[in-house]
Amino acid sequence: MLERLHSSRPAQLGISLACGLVFGFLLHKGGATDYDVILGQLLLRDFTVLKIMLSAVVVGSLGIHAMRSIGLVTLHPKPGSLGSSALGGLVFGFGFATLGYCPGTVAGAVGSGALDALLGGVPGILLGSWLFAVAFPSMRRSIMRKGDFGTKTLPEVLGVNPWAVVLPGCLLIAALLWLLDRAGH
Amino acid sequence: MDWLTEARWSPYIVGAGIGVLSWLTFLLIDKPIGCSTAFARTSGMIEKLLRGKKQPDRPYFREFPPVIDWEWMLVLGLLIGAFLSSKLSGTFNISMEHAVWTGAFGRALLPRLVVTLIGGTAMGFGARWAGGCTSGHGISGAMQWALSSWIAAICFFVGGIVTAWFMFGILAGGA
Repeated sequence: MLERLHSSRPAQLGISLACGLVFGFLLHKGGATDYDVILGQLLLRDFTVLKIMLSAVVVGSLGIHAMRSIGLVTLHPKPGSLGSSALGGLVFGFGFATLGYCPGTVAGAVGSGALDALLGGVPGILLGSWLFAVAFPSMRRSIMRKGDFGTKTLPEVLGVNPWAVVLPGCLLIAALLWLLDRAGH
Repeated sequence: MDWLTEARWSPYIVGAGIGVLSWLTFLLIDKPIGCSTAFARTSGMIEKLLRGKKQPDRPYFREFPPVIDWEWMLVLGLLIGAFLSSKLSGTFNISMEHAVWTGAFGRALLPRLVVTLIGGTAMGFGARWAGGCTSGHGISGAMQWALSSWIAAICFFVGGIVTAWFMFGILAGGA
């Protein structure tokens, strides 16, 4: 049944729209579509964004690994290299602080009426992605190859059962969240 | 149903909700949540619209064809979901003023707009360079414990924190 669902394009588009709706609703209720909340995080005054992301990682991680253990889902880790994940990540970070939204929350900000997201954010991200598409052939041959580690996951790197990373990892994140809360953030 | 009209929910509830949503996307559409590819595809659609048949054959768009896909629908849904939430809580507000920005750089609209354009461009370029964004790497990739995603997500925040400190701590003179 799941395979039939996965190969039906109308079903995929419909389910995605519904999931997006819930995602946007949650991000807005969490405050993550608000410029001030995102900048508050980057200025280390308000830890809302990190709390949302890390609790999503804990709950998501336990669920998808449980479903994976019983053969219900397949993981899709992305490939990466130091020259792409780290350098691209730093450029993204510069954009994160100057724009004050990310590609998901910018859409949510547009939905909640933020004109800077609509007039600057969306056109900027479109332009930037297009510029990357233009630069891609030469970057793929050079800088993006540096320090390649493929689609490896942390359990694969360490050569252990996924749960040996998932359980301590989630506990560590939960402890970090608890400490943040206790520190009054 | 008061909770639907509340302006803010606990970040832990919201995060847990997004975690459960991820279970559903893995299970029902066999995909991790992500957003930035939708922008890359749209930029390709716009180029195709503008150039018509003269559209160069770009290897990137062979990998990510400029068509509406599941992720595009997810981003569209995200926009509508945030609209509904803001309408329900009465916080929908057409404006481009934000307290953190105006407190440091004033109310003039043009500087804010120019900076968002520059920031958006860097973000679009960086997201595709890193192969994902705060959702694709920071949430979905991190929960799969992918090495690429943890490195990218840490760099998103390192770059963001340093830039924010420079903008608001140095340029604006200690905000």
